[in-house]
Amino acid sequence: MNFFIKKLLIVIPTLYIAWTVVFVTLNIIPGDPVNLMLGGRPASDEVRENVRKNLGLDKPVFERYTSFLINATKGDLGKSYLTRQPVTTMIKENMMPTIELSIGGLIFGVFFGVFFGIFAGTKPNSMRDTFSMIIALCGISLPSFWIGMMLIYIFGTTLGWVPIVGEGLVSLILPSITVGLFFAGGMARLTRSSLVDVLNQDYIRTARSKGISKYRIVLRHSLRNAMIPPVTLLGIQFGLLITGAVITEEVFARPGLGQLLLQAILAKDIPLVQALVVYMTAVYIFLNLIVDFTYGIIDPRIRLERNRG
Amino acid sequence: MVEILNVSNLSTAFQSDYGSKQALKNISFKINEGEVLALVGESGSGKTVTSLSIMGLLPNNAYIQEGNINLIDKKNNQVNILKLTDDKHNLIRGNDISMVFQEPMTCLNPTMTIGDQIVEVILNHKKISKTKAVKEMIDLLGLVEIPDPTQRAREYPHQLSGGMRQRVMISIALACTPKLIIADEPTSALDVTIQAQLLQLLMKLKNSIVSKTSILFITHDLGIVRELADRVIVMYQGRVLEIGSVRQILKSPLHPYTRGLLAAIPALAKKGHRLATISSVVGDEDIDTAYPLTRLKDGRQVSLSPQALERITNG
Amino acid sequence: MKNFSIILKRFLLNKGSAFGGIFLLIIIIGAIFAPLIAPYNWNEVDTGPRLAPPSWDFLFGTDIHGRDVFSRIVYGARYSLSVGVISVLFGIVAGSIFGITIAYIGGRVDIIGSRVIDVMFGFPSFLLSLLVVAIIGVGLWNVVFAVGLASIPHFARIIRSAALQVKEQPYIEACVNMGFGKIRIMFNHILPNIFPIIIVIATMDLGGAIISIASLSFLGLGAQPPEPEWGAMLSSGREYMRYAPWTMIYPGLFLFLTVMSVNLLGDRLSIALDARQSVDKGKV
Repeated sequence: MNFFIKKLLIVIPTLYIAWTVVFVTLNIIPGDPVNLMLGGRPASDEVRENVRKNLGLDKPVFERYTSFLINATKGDLGKSYLTRQPVTTMIKENMMPTIELSIGGLIFGVFFGVFFGIFAGTKPNSMRDTFSMIIALCGISLPSFWIGMMLIYIFGTTLGWVPIVGEGLVSLILPSITVGLFFAGGMARLTRSSLVDVLNQDYIRTARSKGISKYRIVLRHSLRNAMIPPVTLLGIQFGLLITGAVITEEVFARPGLGQLLLQAILAKDIPLVQALVVYMTAVYIFLNLIVDFTYGIIDPRIRLERNRG
Repeated sequence: MVEILNVSNLSTAFQSDYGSKQALKNISFKINEGEVLALVGESGSGKTVTSLSIMGLLPNNAYIQEGNINLIDKKNNQVNILKLTDDKHNLIRGNDISMVFQEPMTCLNPTMTIGDQIVEVILNHKKISKTKAVKEMIDLLGLVEIPDPTQRAREYPHQLSGGMRQRVMISIALACTPKLIIADEPTSALDVTIQAQLLQLLMKLKNSIVSKTSILFITHDLGIVRELADRVIVMYQGRVLEIGSVRQILKSPLHPYTRGLLAAIPALAKKGHRLATISSVVGDEDIDTAYPLTRLKDGRQVSLSPQALERITNG
Repeated sequence: MKNFSIILKRFLLNKGSAFGGIFLLIIIIGAIFAPLIAPYNWNEVDTGPRLAPPSWDFLFGTDIHGRDVFSRIVYGARYSLSVGVISVLFGIVAGSIFGITIAYIGGRVDIIGSRVIDVMFGFPSFLLSLLVVAIIGVGLWNVVFAVGLASIPHFARIIRSAALQVKEQPYIEACVNMGFGKIRIMFNHILPNIFPIIIVIATMDLGGAIISIASLSFLGLGAQPPEPEWGAMLSSGREYMRYAPWTMIYPGLFLFLTVMSVNLLGDRLSIALDARQSVDKGKV
């Protein structure tokens, strides 16, 4: 419990600092948001003043900053310049497709990544090791937008196996592969090297001297220890889910938060950009927190250390 | 004397980027039931490679070139270890032959309780219930004199001291009452006081219930040899130089290298004389050339030139 | 000397680095000698029939404006490689200065500096790049800056911990005792010792930087038409995917192969340099 509280004490300020950075950066953007709201139409000074008041731009920066932080905590992040809708509504509407895509990509990436990593690591320097690592290398070298388009071209257009657009689980296959491929590559490489390191440890030799089968040694003795670096990597790569969302939703013309963010940036819709970045950062930090907790489950040394301190 | 292990003409080599290195050159020896055979030699003499060859735990870049290792297993069958598949070898490991390693700090799995690690080897070889296995585990911990075994069993290796961990290793080795335990310098990494305690434990065990278990005790410490061993093998650069009983080797060593080893021990050196170093005897023809082992009348075996042998039998 | 030649041998004889090295060499030569290699002007409209399939005249076909895809790819090499290198260089230099400084000075400076790095790490780096682009606007060089900036915390963190290790070494203490100034110690003594690590992380990140920049260009935030940057080419080729897939296939293919070569070389380099370190420690 102590550990939990300590972690929260670090995480929450980080979140607020991150939000501050967002506020600062977005409010130094050159260009007048008033013009954007007016849609470029000419207007009298009075109208401009009204719009300014509505956007809250007439108040001093510090006040705007504090109300921003308070509202962000409450979950109210203002209205979009362009659609005039509350941004939180817009986020809620577009959340599900992105979550589906992220989970799909995560499952594909982790499953195949860890599989190939174990496949390679259990027989280092063999054919299957080289083979797996070449595939992993391709995974991290392939630009996701290109592979997305190639997949569409090969499986959609040419072979017609998979529908390109549409709802449902089937339409999630190609995009998930696109998002997950980079993940899979990184996980495979790290899982392999980590497993090789663990298998060279003395206690594995002890286990072998007990007559334990190689199968059980990998499963019961090595995986727990070997998975720590890959889990760390997972935490870092959660950011990739966001990259993946933006690019993949664009390539596959899927609705979602990524698309939303892209449009918002191109249209300089600051409240929307602000809201999306705030939201995504919070999710990212939260996910990393979960990863931190899993360390305690995996390695008892860490768990005991935490309970003591 | 009932023989349980017979190593004959064993040669092992390592392959690396820089070429291949011969680690064992045609070594042969036997181990009898219930005896403690000390394997003595300096670093690089091939002691550990010998043990790993018997266990089948050589690293990937090592290969056995020729030879035979014959074991009489617990069911009294003769098994040629080198012809075993890895799966079949697993039936022997931990069961007929088990091993205790040198580094207690790194030899136990940090993410498993020590109780689980002992129970694992029991359940791997005996078809008994988990409850029975746990009971046996607790008994084993008592046998190796670990206080409060029920509590200790639930702890993780990092919570135990080096000496305790080594006792756990010994209990794992004893768990299935093997015919042979290979102990590779089990006390070298420990404090002198802990060493002494552990040796006392081993002596106790040797003279008690597990007295039928043979031990191949690898060490470079001749003091331990004197206390614990029945017979001694001296190895140097992958070859066996001399084999004999503890008395024979310590009182009247035949091979110049063995003599050098003994002369280098402060306690055994003559008072007022300079301590000898090994280098003062290396370069001697008898050490550099690999003569085959000859069996003498008193049961000893030694690798010496024909001239040296003549000198011994006649003088 | 013997050790160096062993490392070199390991490096060159490996199939991976051979392939990577050769391909990269081809790309670099292509980039430098583009005017000599490209058969047509990459910017000239209607060099050939529009959306023509690959032929002997137009090795990779033509795009919607009748431009030769092959020529555009050759010139594109200039963009994709150089922008990646510059972006990484920027990140590494800034990260090194920051990381070495806070590691060496230590104390409160280090604590604050580390917190700053942690906060920057709170952002997924792509998001950070997007944010920067949102502020300073679109364009190839803006994206280079954005991607470089986003890579700073990653480099700074690694360099800082490497510098901390070197700082503990006795010879640094000797320098302090001899009265060397802080800056001199940091850059003449600490920096050379962490150089191998810097090289390793730079090369390993280069592939990612190239992809990030190309991705941002693909989204329309980076290189703008008619620049023949490979990511941007893919974006425009996308519309004609059904009828003229070559406008999409080749730019992406070259991106892929270039990044793969960079990664291959980076991998080999890091193994070779690590090997040297263990040789020095007498482990080999």
